[in-house]
Amino acid sequence: MDLYLPVANLSVNALVIVLLGGGVGFLSGMFGVGGGFLTTPLLIFYGIPPTVAAASAATQVTGASVSGVMAHLERDGVDLRMGAVLVAGGLLGSLIGAGLFELLTAWGQIDTVISILYVALLGTVGTFMGREAWGSFRAAQAGLPAPARKRRHHPMVANLPLRWRFYRSGLYISPLAPLLLGMIGGVLTMLLGVGGGFIMVPAMLYLLGMGTQVVVGTSLFQILFVTIATTMVHALTTGAVDIVLAALLLLGSVVGAQFGARFAQKARPEYLRLALAVIVLLVALQMAVGLFIRPDEIYSVQ
Amino acid sequence: MTGWRASVLMLVALIFAPVTVQAADPRLVPDVSSRAIDIQYSFTGEELLLFGAILYPGQRLPDDRADIVVVLKGPVRPIVLREKRRVAGIWVNASSIRLRTSPGFYAIGSSRPIDKLVDERTAAIFELGLANLSMSPTEFSEASKLERFEAGLTDLYRRLGLFYENPAAVEITEGVLYRARIPVPARVPVGTYRAETFLISRGRVLAVASRDVQIRKAGFERFVALAAERHGFLYGLTAVILSLLLGYAASAIFRRR
Repeated sequence: MDLYLPVANLSVNALVIVLLGGGVGFLSGMFGVGGGFLTTPLLIFYGIPPTVAAASAATQVTGASVSGVMAHLERDGVDLRMGAVLVAGGLLGSLIGAGLFELLTAWGQIDTVISILYVALLGTVGTFMGREAWGSFRAAQAGLPAPARKRRHHPMVANLPLRWRFYRSGLYISPLAPLLLGMIGGVLTMLLGVGGGFIMVPAMLYLLGMGTQVVVGTSLFQILFVTIATTMVHALTTGAVDIVLAALLLLGSVVGAQFGARFAQKARPEYLRLALAVIVLLVALQMAVGLFIRPDEIYSVQ
Repeated sequence: MTGWRASVLMLVALIFAPVTVQAADPRLVPDVSSRAIDIQYSFTGEELLLFGAILYPGQRLPDDRADIVVVLKGPVRPIVLREKRRVAGIWVNASSIRLRTSPGFYAIGSSRPIDKLVDERTAAIFELGLANLSMSPTEFSEASKLERFEAGLTDLYRRLGLFYENPAAVEITEGVLYRARIPVPARVPVGTYRAETFLISRGRVLAVASRDVQIRKAGFERFVALAAERHGFLYGLTAVILSLLLGYAASAIFRRR
């Protein structure tokens, strides 16, 4: 079924996009990530212009994270104070991202930067996640308890001036740390169309040292608001949000996410984390290959 | 620039027509299958039929066979054309040129290959053929670089279906009726297109006639594209509300089950 995308200016097979959204949604429901890091590259592989792909993927992540945020709010799994600081940073970051976007587009380097960022971020996160997941996977197989992790924030965070109490997270740290973290997340959302959960969650755990029970909820909270902001910023600056594309992705992903979440309850968490690490590394690898081999198109029009 | 040049040529042709050419010059009566192409929800491209009649004075067919060339040209716009090169192992955009009048769509069909119909100079004057498009580069870079870039653009657009060349597209019936099908792909830019027909005989362009074709987004697609362009805030807000609602609805429905 062909459908014309009014902003991307091309027609796509609607079914393929819905299924793509469904697949990503399934994974995101299963792993508790937004899935933007999969949507954007997949859309680009499909032939959607990178800017439209990133902008519309951000819109889709909003929809994908709503139900998660609500569930975590009900369970009191969101540190609202921490969330507010992260969101404030995220808003700043999306504005900075918009400026970077414009600058890089004018230089003609936006696509390369997007690819390099993907390779670097996904490669790093995937490797860490894989190593950790492999450790607990082996431990689980040997019947040992998973190695306990020390909870402590990074010394750099401890050196920042000004301290606030974040009760739900069990922290007494400078708000500048989460503000900065939120800002980085916002820049990434703007440039890559990712929610940034795959960066935020490890950073909140290992850099800020937040309590595990509020990390996912707070991260989702930040993602929800920052992707909303990003959609608005894209709509006002690049004009690249394709509402038809976003709607197709959403149709698939919101349904897929529900099934993914159910599936996750049955699966073993070590397997899930290992599988996610493999997927993340595969996307990074695919992107890296794209950088090094001769592209199909040497010339591009702007 | 090209439009200007074309109209000057036409004017010159008109002024000199009675002097240099006998009243025996034929005329073209062209038409197109649709004056407007609407891009709507399931638009996957269309085929435009360019057809018409050659009117010979006294309705006598000449002994020489005349040929027809049809051109469908989209609106010209300024572009930046970038070229990737391998830098430190990775492929990045390394150089670029600006072209002020690059057509977003150009299709040419003829009854015989262009190089068999006219000499190079005539082809260049009338911009017949992909190699003869004048795209007005803004800076005077070396000719070899310009040539390389233009070849790159032609190759890219040809594969996207935005540039099209078919030396057998025009079918002439009984020497007076002609027809040609031009494929218009889904990615065409919107705007006013010009369908031109050239009657060529013995290396000379005997008659030129043109028709305008509007290619535009219509209905919902037009509404969405305009909203995205002119009312960014409301458009963004709509996108956000839509995604919030869909996300909420899905979780509500699944929770009840």
